[in-house]
Amino acid sequence: MAEVFRLQVITPDQTFYEGEASMVELTTTEGDIGIYKGHIPLTAIVSPGVLHIHEEGQVREAALMSGFIEVLPDQVIIMAEVVEWPEEIDVKRAEEARIRAERRLKSQSGEVDVARAELALKRALVRLEMRK
Amino acid sequence: MASMRDIKRRRASIQSTQQITKAMKLVSTVKLQKSRTKAEASKPYSEMMYTTIGSMLRKSGTIDHKYLRPGQSKKKAVIAITSNRGLAGGYNNSIVKLLAGSDKTPAEDTYIYAIGRKGRDGLARKGYKIQRDYSDVINEPMYRDAADLTLELLDEFARGEIGEIYLAYTSFKNTVVHIPKLIKLLPVEMDFSKEENNTLLMNYEPNEDEVLNAIIPKYMSSLIYGALLEAVASENGARMTAMDSATSNAEEMIDSLSLQYNRARQDSITQELTEIIAGANAIS
Repeated sequence: MAEVFRLQVITPDQTFYEGEASMVELTTTEGDIGIYKGHIPLTAIVSPGVLHIHEEGQVREAALMSGFIEVLPDQVIIMAEVVEWPEEIDVKRAEEARIRAERRLKSQSGEVDVARAELALKRALVRLEMRK
Repeated sequence: MASMRDIKRRRASIQSTQQITKAMKLVSTVKLQKSRTKAEASKPYSEMMYTTIGSMLRKSGTIDHKYLRPGQSKKKAVIAITSNRGLAGGYNNSIVKLLAGSDKTPAEDTYIYAIGRKGRDGLARKGYKIQRDYSDVINEPMYRDAADLTLELLDEFARGEIGEIYLAYTSFKNTVVHIPKLIKLLPVEMDFSKEENNTLLMNYEPNEDEVLNAIIPKYMSSLIYGALLEAVASENGARMTAMDSATSNAEEMIDSLSLQYNRARQDSITQELTEIIAGANAIS
């Protein structure tokens, strides 16, 4: 069994998760990363994706939408603006968001809109994937 | 001397006022508990945010980033957080006074982004320009509100319409102590006077500039959100204290009016008796 480290997931409203994990996987703007104990100090920006927390004997999943991660020698902190456990996800809303985002992407108007629609689509897809 | 009926009427009216202030005090006590728990739950996030930004800026002291230097414009944006409702003692007025009395925020160079109707009206009377009004936010502050406001302000900052961004709110120390504060959000300034011997070599992905670009807006949002929650707690605390003293003032007035009333009643009885006795004496 790999060594464990302390992991905290903090949101503006509460401490979302706090515990010992042997590995944590998430998506950053640079791609997917997995972190074990002893990772070099790192600060990276989160992009929408599934957060896997490998605990003793089980893996917990959550939908992590935005924020950043700070890897320190003794602990890992995820500062999440939006993060949800699978049971908190509203499938119907996510499905609607997906359809709306796709529609906006098809209509193609203005560059900012595209970036925002893509992000919205990504978020909706992550949410839907978790509930499958 | 006021007539008995007048005194009685006055006492009854003060009694009903006292009932209202008592009820308001109870309501704000409950609300205070709630908003206080919420404000405390948000502390870890904003504290961690502060540490992160602090250690980033400390290490990269020479970094030249657009959010770390003032914009060209001389205009200043001030987010003024007050309440929508009054009867909270000096709560709203102290924010207005803080801004009007500070030479950092002269009325002619300051745009107000008002959250809270009372502060908005007070500042407008002092000659401030109310750029935008988000007064509904204070009823039920959400992180999303703070994030949206941040984006809007950063947009205006990027367009060069405003050069500095401030935040004025009432910080919640405890139930009775609330301190009006004016803090600078942008350009980001940190107090490095406390020496920290942290020589951790942090890696930034993709690079420092990008990370600052992404984190500073989050930092601002977290400060605004924290300020909103604290302001709500302070508002309820201030109202509770104000209503408590109003209740005890009413109690005092009722006591003194009761005394006056009893005296007046006794006087009239005595007078009546004197008249009856005098009348009886005259007949016999």
